[in-house]
Amino acid sequence: MLDQTPKEIAERKALRINPLKTCQPVGALYAALGVRRCMPHSHGSQGCVSYHRTFLTRHFKEPAVASSSSFTEGASVFGGGANLRSSVKNIFDLYDPDIIAVHTTCLSETIGDDLNAYILEMEIPDDKLVVHCNTPSYVGSHVTGHANMVAGFIKYLADKRAPKNDRIGVFPGFVNPGDIRELKRLLGLMGLPFIMLPDQTGVLDGPMTGVYEMYPDGGTTIDEIRALGGARMALALGEFASTEPALALKTKCGVDSKVMPLPFGVAMTDSFLMALSEISGNPVPRELEEERGRLVDLMLDANPYFYDRSCAIFGDPDTVLGLASLALELGLRPRFLVTGTPGEAFEKRGSALLGSHGALGGARVRAAGDLFELHQWIKNEPVDLLIGTSYGKQLAKAENVPFVRAGFPILDRYGHAYQPLIGYEGAIKLAIKIADAIMDRMDRDCADEDLELVM
Amino acid sequence: MPDAILEERKGSIARKDGPGAGAAPVSCGKASVSGAVSQRACVFCGARVVLNPITDAFHLIHGPIGCASYTWDIRGSLASESELFRNSYSTDLTERDVVFGGLERLRAAVREIHLTHAPKLLFIYSTCLVGIIGDDVDSVCREAESLYGMRVINVKAPGFAGHKAMGYRLACEAIMKVISRRPAGSDRSPIPMAINVLGDYNLAGEAWIIENYFREMGVRVLTTFTGDSTYEKLMGSARASLNVVQCAGSMAYLARSMEETFGIPWVRVSFFGLADTANSLTKVADLLGDDGARQRAAALCQREIASASAGIEPYLPLLRGKKAAIFVGGGFKAISLMRQFRELGMGTVLVGTQTGTAEDYEVIEALSDPGTVILDDANPSELEAFMREKGADVLVGGVKERPLAFKLGVAFCDHNHERKAPLAGFSGAVNFTREINLSINSPVWGALRQRASLFDALPGQAGPAGPA
Repeated sequence: MLDQTPKEIAERKALRINPLKTCQPVGALYAALGVRRCMPHSHGSQGCVSYHRTFLTRHFKEPAVASSSSFTEGASVFGGGANLRSSVKNIFDLYDPDIIAVHTTCLSETIGDDLNAYILEMEIPDDKLVVHCNTPSYVGSHVTGHANMVAGFIKYLADKRAPKNDRIGVFPGFVNPGDIRELKRLLGLMGLPFIMLPDQTGVLDGPMTGVYEMYPDGGTTIDEIRALGGARMALALGEFASTEPALALKTKCGVDSKVMPLPFGVAMTDSFLMALSEISGNPVPRELEEERGRLVDLMLDANPYFYDRSCAIFGDPDTVLGLASLALELGLRPRFLVTGTPGEAFEKRGSALLGSHGALGGARVRAAGDLFELHQWIKNEPVDLLIGTSYGKQLAKAENVPFVRAGFPILDRYGHAYQPLIGYEGAIKLAIKIADAIMDRMDRDCADEDLELVM
Repeated sequence: MPDAILEERKGSIARKDGPGAGAAPVSCGKASVSGAVSQRACVFCGARVVLNPITDAFHLIHGPIGCASYTWDIRGSLASESELFRNSYSTDLTERDVVFGGLERLRAAVREIHLTHAPKLLFIYSTCLVGIIGDDVDSVCREAESLYGMRVINVKAPGFAGHKAMGYRLACEAIMKVISRRPAGSDRSPIPMAINVLGDYNLAGEAWIIENYFREMGVRVLTTFTGDSTYEKLMGSARASLNVVQCAGSMAYLARSMEETFGIPWVRVSFFGLADTANSLTKVADLLGDDGARQRAAALCQREIASASAGIEPYLPLLRGKKAAIFVGGGFKAISLMRQFRELGMGTVLVGTQTGTAEDYEVIEALSDPGTVILDDANPSELEAFMREKGADVLVGGVKERPLAFKLGVAFCDHNHERKAPLAGFSGAVNFTREINLSINSPVWGALRQRASLFDALPGQAGPAGPA
């Protein structure tokens, strides 16, 4: 009944069906929530921020507070300067944040609002800050918006005169608070002081206390962002989400960054820890060696259920590449890698990754794709497993494919924002989920006499 | 009044018999204040939510990807046949389109839709960006109608043109455009005992429940606007003898237009709560002037109220005296909920709506207990401040309010798109009671209170919370 997707693939040049991306502003809003006592502000119609807050709330199951310039027809004709000025005044008066992080929308971009000028000219209380970034909704995706907002914080705040310090900057990319928590644990175990930007732990996975805080106890502090200017270097995790912040930090403060993939699976986590070890001069501790050992042990034990099963993976570019790397290590055979975010780099990286495992033949890697197209591919070449966001659930049901949820957004299950996908721990959890999905399906579908107690 | 209230917002807040009593009704329908963390959505959102449940229509969002993505399959409207409406179609405009105009891409998208699905009805929603770059979408609609023989309606819904209620009106206008073009020579006589139900979106299958009641009364529902409706059903709607309006906030305008154009009288009803449901069914039978329907309605109501009351009764001791806060879209729903809480022996301490009208607020005030706080277009700070002040035990609202309530230790019931059980009709009243109970009396609140014994000795920790 949910299956309205024809098998025959007709050429489609203009129509986008079932997108695998959304617009930049929601990424910017998410990034801004990772700065302490920051009010994200959407410079556009009030509907935008209402959608973004709802979208984030549906994924994180947490309040996502942000304000809006609430454009009217007049503002759209005469410019949104007055709206922004009164917004900033009202926000500081009423909600008392330390900093307002403004992002633009398709509306304010198209009418040509000059945010630099507006912010330079407006009155801002002495101990308060207003920063901005441009997030035209018709360019890139939510991942681009996240990158632009992080870069925006750096452009305004990172201080090149900040005293040189022994910390490294870490840009975690577009990941869940659970991943950031895990990154912090790994950095701690490697004995490496760091500044994480942004840091949504405690904000979008806040504990239940019975007390509502508009600014929960979490987020990168303004002083930390300033101190990035004196950092030893930065690690930019996820090429698509973190290259822009890395460039901004180099330009503004001359601090070099190392851009790395998100540390998914064995090899990518190995290189991440290797990098940390090189930077810190500390060896990788026994605890992590054991974790890695447990992961490899599990992979080997369950190998017969992974080996040579085909899969399709979709979602955000950095996440899909990470998931694909883990899938290949498990012995799965990724046939389709799809992201909605535009950019040829994804297709190059994805193809190279598949090629390095001898898995490229006939596989398709697609940037700026959509779920409708993936569905059609799967109709023509069925796969054994689907990995991606909640949007895959209809496809999975229609095609009767085992489905593992991973990425952003997860709208129909709980607790995903807590669970790391990165590091050896994340890989262990993912491998268990994948094995469960495949084996539950085997149990469900097999004849009674074939149902095995021991697998 | 709590501190966290903007001067500009004070006109939007009233208290029954409290400070400022007898003042003008809450000043509603104003644009949200710049900088406020409003819970309110935009024109596009209003139009999209009303039209989306037309199941076999194509809904093409003309603009950058966001507006299509945020409204993809979130409506919760159930369909008996086509699931087409649960897909997301857009032109996904890019920078090039912004510079050179989006018409070329729109034209191509419409053509691709025609080639793959050949729908009878296509809505093109023009969003903010299109409103600014000025694409002549009407010309594409005309061209597509003549080329492909389908109805193509331009819903000009730039978000900046007003708030959600304006979008409702645009949706009603779009529906009027569709249903007004009746084939020449078609039978236009009213069908006796046939009605339309306006403003029911078949969330969790509610429209089916209501339709079953009417069927038992001998009343035929030609179509629901718009839950589980189809192009064919909509086209037959103009022959109804009566329009029954459930969500008046979104559909009163359509009812008035259909009265003017087709001479169909209309009546406001509510199917939330036992009393309102019974009154509404009886009212419809009366207005149709049919004794048989009247008798069947009476028998139906008697039977269903007895059965529903038996379902509700075990919960009453668990709920009596609890205090409810209501924050919903429309005023009429808020009114029904206040009555429903009264049926449960609960009081309402806070009532807010996103788009309530002056008349709605007058009724709300009349129904309120002294001290009840009445809010138009509230923001989270206000909801928080007043729920805390009034000691609310449960909040009824939508997706954005759920985590806010939980963080405050207040129970929650979704009465919006994300309701999972039908809340309308007699059986819906039982479900509603069950949902209120499961949240208010969840064992999790115990775990939250237990926290106090562990951590309260530590400085800087907050005290226990959660419904007592």
